[in-house]
Amino acid sequence: MIAIIDYGVGNLFSLASSFSAIGAEAIVTANPAVIRAADRLILPGVGAFEDAARKLRESGMADLVKEEAASGKPIMGICLGMQMLFEKSFEYGEHEGLGLIKGSVRPIADVIPQGLKIPHIGWNALRFTRPHSLFKYLKEGDFVYFVHSFYAADCNDAVIATSEYGAPLTAAVANGNVMGCQFHPEKSGDVGLSILRAFCEWEVAQ
Amino acid sequence: MITKRIIPCLDVKDGRVVKGVNFQGLADVSSPVELAKYYSSNGADELVFYDITASAEGRALFTDILTETAKSVFIPLTVGGGINTLADFDRVLKCGADKVSVNSGAIRNPSLIYEAAKRYGDQCVVLSADVKRVDGVFRVFAKGGRENTGMEAIEWIRRGVDSGAGEIVLNSIDTDGVKGGFDLEMLEAVCNAVSVPVIASGGAGSIEHFITLFNTLPRVDAGLAASIFHFGEVSIKDLKEKMTQAGIPARL
Repeated sequence: MIAIIDYGVGNLFSLASSFSAIGAEAIVTANPAVIRAADRLILPGVGAFEDAARKLRESGMADLVKEEAASGKPIMGICLGMQMLFEKSFEYGEHEGLGLIKGSVRPIADVIPQGLKIPHIGWNALRFTRPHSLFKYLKEGDFVYFVHSFYAADCNDAVIATSEYGAPLTAAVANGNVMGCQFHPEKSGDVGLSILRAFCEWEVAQ
Repeated sequence: MITKRIIPCLDVKDGRVVKGVNFQGLADVSSPVELAKYYSSNGADELVFYDITASAEGRALFTDILTETAKSVFIPLTVGGGINTLADFDRVLKCGADKVSVNSGAIRNPSLIYEAAKRYGDQCVVLSADVKRVDGVFRVFAKGGRENTGMEAIEWIRRGVDSGAGEIVLNSIDTDGVKGGFDLEMLEAVCNAVSVPVIASGGAGSIEHFITLFNTLPRVDAGLAASIFHFGEVSIKDLKEKMTQAGIPARL
Protein backbone atom coordinates (compact mmCIF):
# COMPACT_ATOMS: atom_id res chain seq x y z
CA MET A 1 0.00 0.00 0.00
CA ILE A 2 1.17 3.53 -0.82
CA ALA A 3 0.52 6.38 1.58
CA ILE A 4 0.09 9.82 0.03
CA ILE A 5 0.96 12.10 2.92
CA ASP A 6 -1.70 14.71 3.55
CA TYR A 7 -0.29 17.66 5.48
CA GLY A 8 -2.75 20.26 4.27
CA VAL A 9 -1.14 21.52 1.07
CA GLY A 10 -2.55 20.99 -2.35
CA ASN A 11 -5.01 18.82 -4.04
CA LEU A 12 -4.28 15.13 -3.80
CA PHE A 13 -7.21 13.92 -5.88
CA SER A 14 -5.23 13.52 -9.11
CA LEU A 15 -2.36 11.75 -7.40
CA ALA A 16 -4.68 9.24 -5.76
CA SER A 17 -6.51 8.73 -9.07
CA SER A 18 -3.28 8.15 -10.97
CA PHE A 19 -2.25 5.32 -8.63
CA SER A 20 -5.62 3.67 -9.00
CA ALA A 21 -5.25 4.01 -12.79
CA ILE A 22 -2.11 1.85 -12.63
CA GLY A 23 -3.75 -0.63 -10.27
CA ALA A 24 -1.82 0.39 -7.15
CA GLU A 25 -3.51 0.78 -3.80
CA ALA A 26 -2.95 4.30 -2.50
CA ILE A 27 -4.42 6.10 0.49
CA VAL A 28 -4.40 9.83 1.16
CA THR A 29 -3.65 10.01 4.85
CA ALA A 30 -2.39 12.08 7.77
CA ASN A 31 -2.46 9.09 10.12
CA PRO A 32 1.04 8.17 11.41
CA ALA A 33 0.04 4.54 11.93
CA VAL A 34 -1.09 4.24 8.31
CA ILE A 35 2.08 5.95 7.10
CA ARG A 36 4.25 3.58 9.17
CA ALA A 37 2.36 0.57 7.82
CA ALA A 38 2.63 1.69 4.19
CA ASP A 39 5.14 0.07 1.82
CA ARG A 40 5.91 3.33 0.06
CA LEU A 41 5.35 7.02 0.66
CA ILE A 42 4.50 9.95 -1.57
CA LEU A 43 5.31 13.44 -0.32
CA PRO A 44 3.22 15.86 -2.40
CA GLY A 45 3.10 19.64 -2.29
CA VAL A 46 2.14 22.79 -4.12
CA GLY A 47 2.38 26.41 -3.05
CA ALA A 48 5.03 28.18 -1.03
CA PHE A 49 8.00 26.38 0.57
CA GLU A 50 7.91 28.21 3.89
CA ASP A 51 4.22 27.53 4.44
CA ALA A 52 4.49 23.86 3.43
CA ALA A 53 7.62 23.26 5.54
CA ARG A 54 5.87 24.73 8.56
CA LYS A 55 2.80 22.56 8.04
CA LEU A 56 4.99 19.50 7.64
CA ARG A 57 6.76 20.25 10.92
CA GLU A 58 3.65 21.25 12.87
CA SER A 59 1.75 18.14 11.79
CA GLY A 60 4.62 16.00 13.05
CA MET A 61 5.08 14.65 9.53
CA ALA A 62 8.60 16.02 9.11
CA ASP A 63 10.02 13.79 11.85
CA LEU A 64 7.94 10.85 10.70
CA VAL A 65 9.14 11.18 7.10
CA LYS A 66 12.76 11.36 8.28
CA GLU A 67 12.28 8.21 10.40
CA GLU A 68 10.65 6.34 7.54
CA ALA A 69 13.40 7.45 5.15
CA ALA A 70 16.04 6.19 7.60
CA SER A 71 14.26 2.84 7.76
CA GLY A 72 14.84 2.42 4.02
CA LYS A 73 11.24 2.81 2.88
CA PRO A 74 10.92 4.13 -0.69
CA ILE A 75 9.78 7.76 -0.66
CA MET A 76 9.00 10.00 -3.59
CA GLY A 77 8.57 13.76 -3.32
CA ILE A 78 6.62 15.49 -6.05
CA CYS A 79 7.04 19.14 -7.10
CA LEU A 80 7.24 21.16 -3.87
CA GLY A 81 7.35 17.77 -2.11
CA MET A 82 10.62 17.08 -3.95
CA GLN A 83 11.99 20.47 -2.95
CA MET A 84 11.21 19.71 0.69
CA LEU A 85 13.63 16.76 0.57
CA PHE A 86 16.59 19.15 0.34
CA GLU A 87 18.54 20.82 3.12
CA LYS A 88 17.17 24.28 2.57
CA SER A 89 15.29 26.61 0.26
CA PHE A 90 15.96 30.20 -0.70
CA GLU A 91 12.36 30.85 -1.73
CA TYR A 92 11.63 34.29 -0.22
CA GLY A 93 14.12 34.00 2.62
CA GLU A 94 15.96 30.96 3.85
CA HIS A 95 14.03 27.95 5.11
CA GLU A 96 15.03 24.57 6.39
CA GLY A 97 13.97 21.43 4.53
CA LEU A 98 14.08 17.76 5.49
CA GLY A 99 17.75 17.36 4.61
CA LEU A 100 17.29 13.92 3.05
CA ILE A 101 19.15 14.99 -0.09
CA LYS A 102 22.18 17.29 -0.19
CA GLY A 103 21.50 20.57 -1.95
CA SER A 104 19.30 23.64 -1.86
CA VAL A 105 16.32 25.11 -3.66
CA ARG A 106 16.91 28.36 -5.56
CA PRO A 107 15.06 30.68 -7.96
CA ILE A 108 15.24 29.56 -11.59
CA ALA A 109 15.68 33.26 -12.40
CA ASP A 110 19.26 32.86 -11.09
CA VAL A 111 20.24 30.48 -13.87
CA ILE A 112 18.01 31.04 -16.92
CA PRO A 113 18.55 33.86 -19.43
CA GLN A 114 16.43 36.97 -19.13
CA GLY A 115 13.34 37.00 -21.34
CA LEU A 116 12.27 33.43 -20.58
CA LYS A 117 8.97 33.28 -18.75
CA ILE A 118 8.74 32.37 -15.10
CA PRO A 119 7.21 30.07 -13.88
CA HIS A 120 8.51 27.33 -16.13
CA ILE A 121 5.07 26.03 -17.15
CA GLY A 122 4.37 23.30 -19.65
CA TRP A 123 5.71 20.13 -21.22
CA ASN A 124 9.47 19.72 -21.37
CA ALA A 125 11.73 16.82 -22.39
CA LEU A 126 13.66 14.71 -19.89
CA ARG A 127 17.38 14.23 -20.30
CA PHE A 128 18.73 11.39 -18.19
CA THR A 129 21.97 12.28 -16.42
CA ARG A 130 22.38 8.77 -15.01
CA PRO A 131 20.46 5.53 -15.36
CA HIS A 132 17.75 4.95 -12.80
CA SER A 133 15.02 2.34 -12.59
CA LEU A 134 12.39 5.09 -12.22
CA PHE A 135 12.91 5.59 -15.96
CA LYS A 136 12.80 1.94 -16.95
CA TYR A 137 9.66 2.43 -19.04
CA LEU A 138 10.81 5.77 -20.55
CA LYS A 139 13.05 6.89 -23.33
CA GLU A 140 15.30 9.93 -23.40
CA GLY A 141 13.34 12.96 -24.58
CA ASP A 142 9.96 11.86 -23.20
CA PHE A 143 7.88 14.84 -22.12
CA VAL A 144 6.61 15.64 -18.64
CA TYR A 145 4.58 18.54 -17.25
CA PHE A 146 6.24 21.21 -15.11
CA VAL A 147 4.95 24.16 -13.08
CA HIS A 148 7.63 25.80 -10.94
CA SER A 149 9.64 28.96 -10.26
CA PHE A 150 12.34 27.39 -8.05
CA TYR A 151 14.68 24.49 -8.73
CA ALA A 152 17.01 22.14 -6.89
CA ALA A 153 20.62 23.34 -7.05
CA ASP A 154 24.00 22.11 -5.76
CA CYS A 155 22.79 18.53 -5.88
CA ASN A 156 24.82 16.98 -8.70
CA ASP A 157 25.27 13.71 -6.83
CA ALA A 158 21.52 13.19 -6.67
CA VAL A 159 20.37 14.45 -10.09
CA ILE A 160 19.09 11.67 -12.36
CA ALA A 161 17.34 13.83 -14.99
CA THR A 162 17.27 17.44 -16.15
CA SER A 163 15.14 19.51 -18.52
CA GLU A 164 16.47 22.32 -20.65
CA TYR A 165 14.91 25.75 -20.11
CA GLY A 166 17.65 28.14 -21.06
CA ALA A 167 19.75 26.10 -18.61
CA PRO A 168 19.54 22.50 -17.44
CA LEU A 169 17.05 22.45 -14.55
CA THR A 170 16.88 19.56 -12.10
CA ALA A 171 13.93 17.39 -13.13
CA ALA A 172 14.38 14.29 -10.97
CA VAL A 173 16.63 13.26 -8.10
CA ALA A 174 17.44 10.10 -6.17
CA ASN A 175 19.48 9.30 -3.10
CA GLY A 176 18.99 5.61 -2.34
CA ASN A 177 15.40 5.06 -1.23
CA VAL A 178 14.58 8.80 -1.40
CA MET A 179 13.49 10.06 -4.82
CA GLY A 180 11.85 13.15 -6.21
CA CYS A 181 10.34 14.66 -9.35
CA GLN A 182 10.14 18.39 -9.94
CA PHE A 183 7.47 17.77 -12.61
CA HIS A 184 4.00 16.33 -12.00
CA PRO A 185 3.90 12.64 -12.97
CA GLU A 186 0.17 12.63 -12.22
CA LYS A 187 -0.29 15.29 -14.93
CA SER A 188 2.19 13.90 -17.45
CA GLY A 189 -0.03 11.44 -19.28
CA ASP A 190 1.22 7.90 -19.90
CA VAL A 191 4.85 8.92 -19.34
CA GLY A 192 3.99 10.13 -15.85
CA LEU A 193 1.97 7.03 -15.02
CA SER A 194 4.97 4.90 -16.11
CA ILE A 195 7.18 6.71 -13.64
CA LEU A 196 4.68 6.08 -10.85
CA ARG A 197 4.51 2.42 -11.87
CA ALA A 198 8.31 2.19 -11.77
CA PHE A 199 8.27 3.78 -8.31
CA CYS A 200 5.76 1.13 -7.15
CA GLU A 201 8.15 -1.55 -8.44
CA TRP A 202 11.35 0.01 -7.11
CA GLU A 203 13.34 -2.31 -4.86
CA VAL A 204 16.18 -1.45 -2.48
CA ALA A 205 18.57 -3.84 -4.19
CA GLN A 206 18.43 -1.92 -7.47
CA MET B 1 12.97 23.43 -24.57
CA ILE B 2 9.40 23.83 -23.50
CA THR B 3 6.84 22.87 -26.15
CA LYS B 4 4.01 24.94 -27.56
CA ARG B 5 0.79 23.60 -26.10
CA ILE B 6 -2.29 22.60 -28.08
CA ILE B 7 -5.46 22.84 -26.03
CA PRO B 8 -8.93 21.65 -27.04
CA CYS B 9 -11.77 23.45 -25.31
CA LEU B 10 -14.99 21.64 -24.39
CA ASP B 11 -18.15 23.64 -23.78
CA VAL B 12 -20.27 21.72 -21.32
CA LYS B 13 -23.95 22.31 -20.67
CA ASP B 14 -25.97 20.19 -18.27
CA GLY B 15 -23.15 17.65 -18.22
CA ARG B 16 -22.92 17.26 -22.02
CA VAL B 17 -20.52 18.68 -24.59
CA VAL B 18 -22.24 21.16 -26.86
CA LYS B 19 -21.16 22.99 -30.02
CA GLY B 20 -21.17 19.77 -31.97
CA VAL B 21 -18.74 16.94 -31.94
CA ASN B 22 -18.25 14.64 -34.87
CA PHE B 23 -15.94 11.71 -34.21
CA GLN B 24 -15.93 8.27 -35.63
CA GLY B 25 -15.37 5.56 -33.07
CA LEU B 26 -16.53 7.36 -29.96
CA ALA B 27 -19.47 5.60 -28.37
CA ASP B 28 -20.92 8.82 -27.03
CA VAL B 29 -19.63 11.91 -28.79
CA SER B 30 -21.18 14.36 -26.37
CA SER B 31 -19.83 12.72 -23.23
CA PRO B 32 -17.18 15.05 -21.79
CA VAL B 33 -15.43 12.10 -20.15
CA GLU B 34 -15.19 10.12 -23.40
CA LEU B 35 -14.05 13.15 -25.35
CA ALA B 36 -11.47 14.11 -22.73
CA LYS B 37 -10.02 10.59 -22.82
CA TYR B 38 -9.93 10.70 -26.59
CA TYR B 39 -8.06 14.00 -26.68
CA SER B 40 -5.73 12.97 -23.88
CA SER B 41 -4.62 9.87 -25.77
CA ASN B 42 -4.39 11.75 -29.07
CA GLY B 43 -1.88 14.41 -28.19
CA ALA B 44 -3.75 17.19 -26.38
CA ASP B 45 -1.40 18.93 -23.95
CA GLU B 46 -4.11 20.24 -21.71
CA LEU B 47 -7.91 20.44 -21.65
CA VAL B 48 -10.24 23.31 -20.92
CA PHE B 49 -13.73 22.56 -19.68
CA TYR B 50 -16.01 25.52 -19.96
CA ASP B 51 -19.24 25.27 -17.98
CA ILE B 52 -21.98 27.15 -19.83
CA THR B 53 -24.74 25.86 -17.58
CA ALA B 54 -27.04 28.40 -16.01
CA SER B 55 -28.92 26.23 -13.51
CA ALA B 56 -27.85 24.78 -10.17
CA GLU B 57 -28.78 21.29 -11.40
CA GLY B 58 -26.56 21.73 -14.42
CA ARG B 59 -23.74 22.91 -12.19
CA ALA B 60 -23.99 19.79 -10.05
CA LEU B 61 -23.85 17.64 -13.20
CA PHE B 62 -20.78 19.58 -14.27
CA THR B 63 -18.88 18.83 -11.08
CA ASP B 64 -19.85 15.16 -11.40
CA ILE B 65 -18.43 14.89 -14.90
CA LEU B 66 -15.35 16.88 -13.89
CA THR B 67 -14.68 14.41 -11.08
CA GLU B 68 -15.20 11.52 -13.47
CA THR B 69 -12.83 13.07 -16.02
CA ALA B 70 -10.12 13.84 -13.49
CA LYS B 71 -10.17 10.19 -12.42
CA SER B 72 -9.23 8.97 -15.86
CA VAL B 73 -7.40 11.81 -17.63
CA PHE B 74 -3.87 12.61 -16.48
CA ILE B 75 -3.05 15.88 -18.22
CA PRO B 76 -3.73 19.36 -16.82
CA LEU B 77 -7.38 20.35 -16.64
CA THR B 78 -8.53 23.95 -16.63
CA VAL B 79 -12.08 24.81 -15.67
CA GLY B 80 -13.92 27.99 -16.50
CA GLY B 81 -17.47 29.28 -16.55
CA GLY B 82 -19.47 30.45 -13.58
CA ILE B 83 -16.42 31.20 -11.43
CA ASN B 84 -17.43 34.16 -9.27
CA THR B 85 -16.17 33.42 -5.77
CA LEU B 86 -13.45 31.58 -3.89
CA ALA B 87 -16.09 28.95 -3.12
CA ASP B 88 -16.35 28.33 -6.88
CA PHE B 89 -12.58 27.82 -7.03
CA ASP B 90 -12.81 25.41 -4.15
CA ARG B 91 -15.69 23.49 -5.73
CA VAL B 92 -13.89 22.75 -9.01
CA LEU B 93 -10.41 22.23 -7.52
CA LYS B 94 -11.83 19.57 -5.20
CA CYS B 95 -13.21 17.79 -8.26
CA GLY B 96 -9.74 17.57 -9.79
CA ALA B 97 -9.26 20.80 -11.77
CA ASP B 98 -5.66 22.03 -11.84
CA LYS B 99 -6.33 25.58 -12.94
CA VAL B 100 -9.36 27.81 -12.80
CA SER B 101 -10.19 30.37 -15.42
CA VAL B 102 -11.96 33.58 -14.47
CA ASN B 103 -13.65 36.03 -16.83
CA SER B 104 -16.88 37.87 -15.97
CA GLY B 105 -16.43 36.99 -12.28
CA ALA B 106 -13.18 38.97 -12.22
CA ILE B 107 -14.76 41.88 -14.06
CA ARG B 108 -17.50 42.12 -11.41
CA ASN B 109 -15.03 41.60 -8.59
CA PRO B 110 -11.40 42.28 -9.58
CA SER B 111 -10.09 41.24 -6.14
CA LEU B 112 -11.13 37.67 -6.98
CA ILE B 113 -7.85 37.18 -8.87
CA TYR B 114 -5.73 38.42 -5.96
CA GLU B 115 -7.66 36.41 -3.36
CA ALA B 116 -7.54 33.21 -5.42
CA ALA B 117 -3.84 33.59 -6.27
CA LYS B 118 -3.04 34.13 -2.61
CA ARG B 119 -4.91 31.02 -1.57
CA TYR B 120 -4.14 28.62 -4.44
CA GLY B 121 -1.02 30.09 -6.06
CA ASP B 122 -0.57 32.12 -9.25
CA GLN B 123 -0.22 28.95 -11.34
CA CYS B 124 -3.81 28.10 -10.51
CA VAL B 125 -5.42 31.33 -11.71
CA VAL B 126 -6.03 31.86 -15.42
CA LEU B 127 -7.44 35.18 -16.60
CA SER B 128 -9.59 34.69 -19.66
CA ALA B 129 -10.43 37.85 -21.57
CA ASP B 130 -12.91 38.29 -24.42
CA VAL B 131 -11.60 41.24 -26.39
CA LYS B 132 -12.99 43.16 -29.36
CA ARG B 133 -11.92 46.26 -31.24
CA VAL B 134 -14.26 49.19 -30.73
CA ASP B 135 -13.30 52.31 -32.71
CA GLY B 136 -9.78 50.97 -32.98
CA VAL B 137 -9.36 50.31 -29.26
CA PHE B 138 -9.18 46.84 -27.66
CA ARG B 139 -12.10 46.61 -25.25
CA VAL B 140 -12.95 43.91 -22.70
CA PHE B 141 -16.35 42.29 -23.14
CA ALA B 142 -18.28 40.47 -20.44
CA LYS B 143 -21.08 37.91 -20.36
CA GLY B 144 -19.70 35.67 -23.07
CA GLY B 145 -18.80 38.59 -25.32
CA ARG B 146 -22.22 40.24 -25.27
CA GLU B 147 -21.52 43.28 -23.11
CA ASN B 148 -18.90 45.97 -23.66
CA THR B 149 -17.39 46.82 -20.28
CA GLY B 150 -15.67 49.90 -21.73
CA MET B 151 -12.39 48.80 -20.14
CA GLU B 152 -9.22 48.98 -22.22
CA ALA B 153 -8.10 45.38 -22.65
CA ILE B 154 -4.31 45.59 -22.39
CA GLU B 155 -4.50 47.57 -19.15
CA TRP B 156 -7.10 45.12 -17.76
CA ILE B 157 -4.88 42.14 -18.56
CA ARG B 158 -1.79 43.83 -17.14
CA ARG B 159 -3.65 44.54 -13.90
CA GLY B 160 -4.85 40.92 -13.80
CA VAL B 161 -1.27 39.68 -14.01
CA ASP B 162 -0.18 42.16 -11.32
CA SER B 163 -2.95 40.76 -9.10
CA GLY B 164 -1.67 37.22 -9.54
CA ALA B 165 -3.08 35.70 -12.75
CA GLY B 166 -0.55 33.08 -13.81
CA GLU B 167 -1.73 32.70 -17.40
CA ILE B 168 -3.79 34.63 -19.91
CA VAL B 169 -6.30 33.21 -22.37
CA LEU B 170 -6.86 35.88 -24.99
CA ASN B 171 -10.02 35.28 -26.98
CA SER B 172 -10.43 37.69 -29.85
CA ILE B 173 -14.12 38.22 -30.55
CA ASP B 174 -13.10 39.78 -33.88
CA THR B 175 -11.61 36.55 -35.18
CA ASP B 176 -13.66 34.02 -33.18
CA GLY B 177 -15.76 31.71 -35.33
CA VAL B 178 -14.40 33.15 -38.59
CA LYS B 179 -11.72 30.44 -39.02
CA GLY B 180 -9.47 32.95 -40.76
CA GLY B 181 -6.55 32.64 -38.34
CA PHE B 182 -5.62 33.92 -34.90
CA ASP B 183 -5.66 37.64 -34.08
CA LEU B 184 -1.92 38.23 -34.32
CA GLU B 185 -2.10 41.98 -33.77
CA MET B 186 -4.11 41.65 -30.56
CA LEU B 187 -1.95 38.77 -29.31
CA GLU B 188 1.23 40.72 -29.93
CA ALA B 189 -0.09 43.63 -27.90
CA VAL B 190 -0.81 41.31 -24.97
CA CYS B 191 2.55 39.47 -25.23
CA ASN B 192 4.32 42.83 -25.11
CA ALA B 193 2.41 43.81 -21.97
CA VAL B 194 2.81 40.72 -19.76
CA SER B 195 5.46 38.14 -18.93
CA VAL B 196 3.18 35.22 -18.03
CA PRO B 197 2.15 32.54 -20.57
CA VAL B 198 -0.36 33.69 -23.19
CA ILE B 199 -2.81 31.26 -24.75
CA ALA B 200 -4.25 32.26 -28.13
CA SER B 201 -7.93 31.65 -28.74
CA GLY B 202 -10.35 32.54 -31.51
CA GLY B 203 -9.89 32.12 -35.22
CA ALA B 204 -8.13 28.80 -35.75
CA GLY B 205 -9.37 27.20 -38.96
CA SER B 206 -6.43 25.15 -40.18
CA ILE B 207 -3.03 23.73 -39.28
CA GLU B 208 -1.42 26.65 -41.11
CA HIS B 209 -3.03 29.10 -38.70
CA PHE B 210 -1.20 27.49 -35.77
CA ILE B 211 2.10 27.44 -37.69
CA THR B 212 1.69 31.14 -38.53
CA LEU B 213 0.77 31.92 -34.92
CA PHE B 214 3.87 30.31 -33.39
CA ASN B 215 6.25 31.43 -36.14
CA THR B 216 5.07 35.04 -36.07
CA LEU B 217 4.70 35.31 -32.30
CA PRO B 218 7.21 33.00 -30.57
CA ARG B 219 6.12 34.46 -27.23
CA VAL B 220 2.68 32.86 -27.51
CA ASP B 221 2.74 29.67 -25.46
CA ALA B 222 -0.34 27.80 -26.56
CA GLY B 223 -3.17 27.64 -29.06
CA LEU B 224 -6.71 26.85 -27.99
CA ALA B 225 -9.56 25.78 -30.25
CA ALA B 226 -12.85 23.94 -30.11
CA SER B 227 -14.86 23.11 -33.21
CA ILE B 228 -11.98 22.42 -35.61
CA PHE B 229 -10.84 19.68 -33.25
CA HIS B 230 -14.35 18.45 -32.41
CA PHE B 231 -15.34 18.17 -36.07
CA GLY B 232 -12.09 16.45 -36.96
CA GLU B 233 -11.12 19.23 -39.37
CA VAL B 234 -7.72 19.33 -37.70
CA SER B 235 -6.25 16.32 -35.92
CA ILE B 236 -3.91 17.22 -33.08
CA LYS B 237 -1.44 14.53 -34.20
CA ASP B 238 -1.23 15.96 -37.74
CA LEU B 239 -0.98 19.46 -36.33
CA LYS B 240 1.94 18.54 -34.09
CA GLU B 241 3.78 16.72 -36.87
CA LYS B 242 3.49 19.80 -39.05
CA MET B 243 4.63 22.02 -36.17
CA THR B 244 7.70 19.83 -35.66
CA GLN B 245 8.50 19.95 -39.40
CA ALA B 246 8.22 23.74 -39.21
CA GLY B 247 10.72 23.80 -36.33
CA ILE B 248 8.14 24.61 -33.66
CA PRO B 249 8.68 22.56 -30.49
CA ALA B 250 5.75 20.20 -29.93
CA ARG B 251 5.12 17.16 -27.75
CA LEU B 252 4.58 14.27 -30.14
